[in-house]
Amino acid sequence: MFYRENGQFKSSYSADQAIFPIAQDRVFVIGILLVAFCVVPFVINEYWANAILIPLLVYALAGLGLNILTGYCGQVSLGTGAFMAVGAYASFKLVGFFPEVNYLILIFVSGLVTAAVGVVFGLPSLRIKGFYLAVATLAAQFFLIWLFNKVGWFYDHSPTGMITVRPIDFFGVRVTGPEATPAAKYLFTLAIIATLTLTAKNIVRGRVGRSWMAIRDMDIAAELIGIKPLQAKLSAFAVSSFYIGVAGALYFGVYLGSAEPLEAFDINQSFYVLFIIIIGGLGSILGAFLGAAFIVLLPILMKNLMVGGFGVASGTAGHVEILLLGALIIFFLIVEPHGLARLWQITKEKLRLWPFPH
Amino acid sequence: MAFDLFLLEVVISGLMTGVMYALVALGFVLIFKASGVFNFAQGVLALFAALALYDFLAEDGWFFAVFGFTLPVWLAIPATALIMILLAWVIERAVLRFLVKQEEIILFMATIGLAFVLEGLGDLLFGSDVKPLDIGIPQGASDWLLDNFNLYVEKLEIVAAATAAVLVTALAIFFQKTRVGRALRAVADDHQAALSVGISLDKIWVIVWSVSGIVALVAGIMWGSKSGVQFSLSLIALKALPVLILGGFTSVPGAIVGGLIIGVGEKVAEVYVGPLVGGAIENWFAYVLALGFLLFRPQGLFGERIIERV
Repeated sequence: MFYRENGQFKSSYSADQAIFPIAQDRVFVIGILLVAFCVVPFVINEYWANAILIPLLVYALAGLGLNILTGYCGQVSLGTGAFMAVGAYASFKLVGFFPEVNYLILIFVSGLVTAAVGVVFGLPSLRIKGFYLAVATLAAQFFLIWLFNKVGWFYDHSPTGMITVRPIDFFGVRVTGPEATPAAKYLFTLAIIATLTLTAKNIVRGRVGRSWMAIRDMDIAAELIGIKPLQAKLSAFAVSSFYIGVAGALYFGVYLGSAEPLEAFDINQSFYVLFIIIIGGLGSILGAFLGAAFIVLLPILMKNLMVGGFGVASGTAGHVEILLLGALIIFFLIVEPHGLARLWQITKEKLRLWPFPH
Repeated sequence: MAFDLFLLEVVISGLMTGVMYALVALGFVLIFKASGVFNFAQGVLALFAALALYDFLAEDGWFFAVFGFTLPVWLAIPATALIMILLAWVIERAVLRFLVKQEEIILFMATIGLAFVLEGLGDLLFGSDVKPLDIGIPQGASDWLLDNFNLYVEKLEIVAAATAAVLVTALAIFFQKTRVGRALRAVADDHQAALSVGISLDKIWVIVWSVSGIVALVAGIMWGSKSGVQFSLSLIALKALPVLILGGFTSVPGAIVGGLIIGVGEKVAEVYVGPLVGGAIENWFAYVLALGFLLFRPQGLFGERIIERV
């Protein structure tokens, strides 16, 4: 009834190519952004920021990065955890070297460092495909984590082997460490993620994104129509790693505060991010956010329900949680293999006809 | 001379470890060959099988609590095999049946979900403490080799190697000579063509998951006897992956040869290169080694040649 697009005529190409060509979508997204930027910071508290919103945003960004590589370019990667670690360690070292440089610039440079590492580990993709490539990216996962754990230079030879974030001010406002207010942390993360999401959306619907999708759908055919696989695949690795690196820097700096490579960035991290994009929807920007919401919120919900609601012992609850998580993943894959983003799309299609479907 | 003997010992120990990896990789290959599913749950299957077996044997298990007696080893192993077959049937009914014709990555993710379910279930049912699994495989070094050749080789590893040899021979005969084996190869070759000559996909999938469940049981017994039954057992799946890409996803001999190469490479590197860079390189060295091979043969040493057409 409300979701109608009739009467919305486009009179210019740019209007036709807008990111949200339908007015209702536009209003909806602007509304969400307004709430996120102008309302949430005033009502947010420590628990909501640290347990729910910031991890959700950070995982969504990592999911976005992996989705560029796997969903748009078709290269399955299991090295996400390690690339996040590269971003985290790069930001840690850079803040140590240049304490007076703006944190935003340092995060950006950490992303670039991760992009360079990603390109190096993306080189085998030119020759290896499919699951062989997926397993090959595990080489990156295990090697990088081992490196960060072994070489003292990376963690400034701290006796615990952990890296701890230094207190950083961003234009006079503390954004990291325990003294930062939840609202400051949240807004800083949100602003970066909103900008990067917009950029990603525009990359994937432009020429570069189309060349990635052509490679994904069939690389030989893509080559025949003049797409250079070297450029397309490596640029996908670079852009994807950049996003994952920034996500890693935020994950370490803003969310965790201190990190240890074997726990914070291990292979489960890679699987979680892969779950996010599969549950959310491969090849969909929205999917990364929906998937992140699913993966971050579900365990919290289940834990609260079981420990708080039914009084299950927390050890048992942990086992039940992992069991249920696995079962739900299978369930969602069976119900909708194209992810939550597809469900949302179907809902919108239905809404256009509602309440008179005939 | 002593140095060479040491190298020989390292190589032999590597070969034996390789056999253990190969046992896990074998389960992967069987399922991938017949259904194109990259079964990440193979390691957890091995863990689950070992847990179930322990349950039949030990006095603190469910079986003892319900029936008041434990099974002897010769009965417990077939009973566990039955459980694995039942599990295969359930997996086919509850998961695979609904995912026919989905993309490979979806099936892969489903098996990760399956791994989570089995892991949670195993912990819930059997508890997560380390359980010693003793089914009478001799432990310790082989005295005969130690006395005559001054070589230190674990008896358990010799048993594992012998078991692997028997298992591979049995599987080869099963695949080449039996009616079911032929059907399996037909399905592996082309799902639709197999369907059209009257082979039931459902049945084949149950069979192949059962077979790899039994292979997982063997792997679980060997690894469980070596280092106890515990959660980390499921992580051997990660060890088996480089073996798999090295040998090729579709080749049974590839899994064995890949396992041996990885096992030896890993041990030799750990002993001779490890100290130079600070040790603990086992985790990633296998992957780098496999990656090196892949750059020259993208489908693994024995994998089917990948032919792509537009």
